[in-house]
Amino acid sequence: MNEPSPTRVDTLDSKSAPVPLGQSFWLLSTLIWSGAWLTLAFLFSLLASIKFHGPGFLADTPWLTYGRLRPAHIHCLGYGFCLQAGLALTAWIFGRLGNVSLAQPLLARIATGTFNLGVALGVLGILKGDATGYEFFEAPRYAALIMFAGYLLLGLVIAVAFHRRSEPGLYVSQWFLLAALFWFPWIFSSAALLLLIFPGRGMAQSVIAWWYAENFQSVWMWLVGIAGIFYFVPKLTNRPLHSRHLTLFTFWSLLLFASWGGIPASAPVPSWLPSLSAAATMLSGLVILTFLLNLHHTLAGNYRQLWGDATLRFMAVGTAAFVVVAVAKIISALSPVAAVVDFTWFRYALGQLNGFGFLSMVLLGGAYYATARLPGFSISRTLAGAHFWLAFLGIVFAFLPLLFGGIIQGLKLQDPQVPFLNVANLTLHFLRLSTVGELLLLAGNALFLVNLAGALLRRARQQFALFRQEATRDLFAAAEAQR
Amino acid sequence: MNRGPLIFLAAFLALSGSWYTYVVRPSMQLGRFQQTNMLGGSTLYPTARPGLAQQGLEVYRAQGCAYCHSQQVGQEGTRFQLLLTEAGTNTAEVATAVKKLAPQLAGTADPLASLPVAVYSGERRYDFEAASRTLNALGAKAVPQVVPYGADIARGWGKRRTIAEDFLFDSPTLPGSQRVGPDLASVGLRLPDPRWHLRHLYAPASEVKGSKMPPYRYLFETRRVARAPSPDALQLPREYAPPAGYEVVPTPDALALAAYLVSLRADAPLFSAPMTITSTAAPTADTNAPAGATATTPAPAINQ
Repeated sequence: MNEPSPTRVDTLDSKSAPVPLGQSFWLLSTLIWSGAWLTLAFLFSLLASIKFHGPGFLADTPWLTYGRLRPAHIHCLGYGFCLQAGLALTAWIFGRLGNVSLAQPLLARIATGTFNLGVALGVLGILKGDATGYEFFEAPRYAALIMFAGYLLLGLVIAVAFHRRSEPGLYVSQWFLLAALFWFPWIFSSAALLLLIFPGRGMAQSVIAWWYAENFQSVWMWLVGIAGIFYFVPKLTNRPLHSRHLTLFTFWSLLLFASWGGIPASAPVPSWLPSLSAAATMLSGLVILTFLLNLHHTLAGNYRQLWGDATLRFMAVGTAAFVVVAVAKIISALSPVAAVVDFTWFRYALGQLNGFGFLSMVLLGGAYYATARLPGFSISRTLAGAHFWLAFLGIVFAFLPLLFGGIIQGLKLQDPQVPFLNVANLTLHFLRLSTVGELLLLAGNALFLVNLAGALLRRARQQFALFRQEATRDLFAAAEAQR
Repeated sequence: MNRGPLIFLAAFLALSGSWYTYVVRPSMQLGRFQQTNMLGGSTLYPTARPGLAQQGLEVYRAQGCAYCHSQQVGQEGTRFQLLLTEAGTNTAEVATAVKKLAPQLAGTADPLASLPVAVYSGERRYDFEAASRTLNALGAKAVPQVVPYGADIARGWGKRRTIAEDFLFDSPTLPGSQRVGPDLASVGLRLPDPRWHLRHLYAPASEVKGSKMPPYRYLFETRRVARAPSPDALQLPREYAPPAGYEVVPTPDALALAAYLVSLRADAPLFSAPMTITSTAAPTADTNAPAGATATTPAPAINQ
């Protein structure tokens, strides 16, 4: 087996064949779809956030109540954006590293269509009141199954492309993405089967739902996010990844430990479940430890390099968010801390910081990078820069206040002398601050959609002009000849 | 790690371990839970919720109530309490013993003046049993009690910690993850009147001053009073009441939701969550007994 040198990733762009047009259209349209869901997700969460300024806001429209907007937000962000853009980036990275293109762009397009139909049905179902009630697994059965069919088909097309790669050696990002590609269908089908089709008895349902949510949020999202960082950071800083062995360690500890967490300390289930889960979460500290060590050595301690490029900036914010999420998760797995922060805004903010602050930022950086390199498409750098700043400030304003507010809320909840209404009123300050952040995030993510849709539109206009030129050439020639 | 199948195998092995532990095992353990006897009796717990309350669970799910309300009462520990109910004939000796056992009563002239009196309250089982033996030897009657405690219980959110059995017949189970609003695990115990819940759902601030809960007016119908006012019409305070000649009537969804809320009463003493039902903590009797409420409070169950 020829062991690929870690530096291989640097020279790949020059070696890879240009991306074929069929795949370019598929990639761009998939990213545009995911951008649309991302924008919608933050429209929902902005509306939900405004409700804390006045509980009567949109209260008479059942479709737009808090209890439906929030699951719709999670659904759009988690599936519409993260899962879809994650697959798109997987296809891109597999294509680049394996020097291969999707063999069945038509199938891929059908799969994307099916997937998006499922996501759309899910949004409508949730707003209508069909949400399942399990957090991070909100899509009603009809939507979940269509979405899953789309995922399976697309995953298969990508797996076939991986199999047909002409570069046999594997770079570390490919391990993570391949594991993620396999991980999702297993956890999703288990959850769908045991929650939606043959629901188990009593709290067995909640345990499965927690297991699924943790595997989606921590394992799947971390696999894809780390793959993105380990692909783009060495490539764009022009420095080889420090250690393959250390990455192997990250990979294994992520698979082995992060997948065993997720049961809240307070859960009304047999106590071995939360205990085991807390222990595994603490062990998953190895993931962040080895990841940071590797990154530190890769950059030779010079973190300024991460600010040098638009894509790298997205990666930098994603990495920072990842560190915050992982450290906060490990600390809050300790039972005295868990007793304080469970049931507060802390956990929600952490989930958002993980889903948007970490994974989405990495995916967005990757999406800008990829679309800028699709032959014949051009994106606006100004809009991308504006998106970065809006997203960065949005993360700071939307999630960090809730993270800190949640700790204060938890401390007050622990003291029965403080009336509950006082605790609720206290959190309002943090919630209102986070509305500002939600607004910034909506604006920023809308720019992503506009930018990508603009690229497609410009291309279509060019094509049309070319086509018209082509079609009318004979006409002109005939006119010339007649003269 | 240079081959696709190897990575596939790694992921397969890692995931199958997690899957077995968190999907298969809990499904076997929790999925086989049965009704159990309450402590000190043969009453079975839990019983399925009444039909209307089961429909109410669907409404609770559809409105996404669980995103703001948890149903998980936490408990920091359990306290033994020894309650002296009858002093017997040997009052002088008993009074001395009580003064010695309960330092907070040492200053009082006659600690036996108002019975029952708590002689011991703490977590040390040995002390508790010693006190119990002392009093029994003197011919007094002392009732042992098991009292769960914790911040949630002090807030009145429940009497004991929530356990898996409390959700046995629910599908989906909605334990919630956040406390934007108060915990509802035992809301039916502290607020047993469905009419209160209906008024609160229609206009939360009418029942809880300063409440930030959104009103669920769409679960109600405001209509012109026909020949006679509907018996279901809400009795609202003036500032929330509809204009004269109109009445606010709950839809079936609202009635079901209220029935579900009053059916939330996790108050059964079980082996895995022992407690003593104290007579003082009995729910305030309401003329209109809630549909979902369990018929009678079970006989006091004691023992650790």
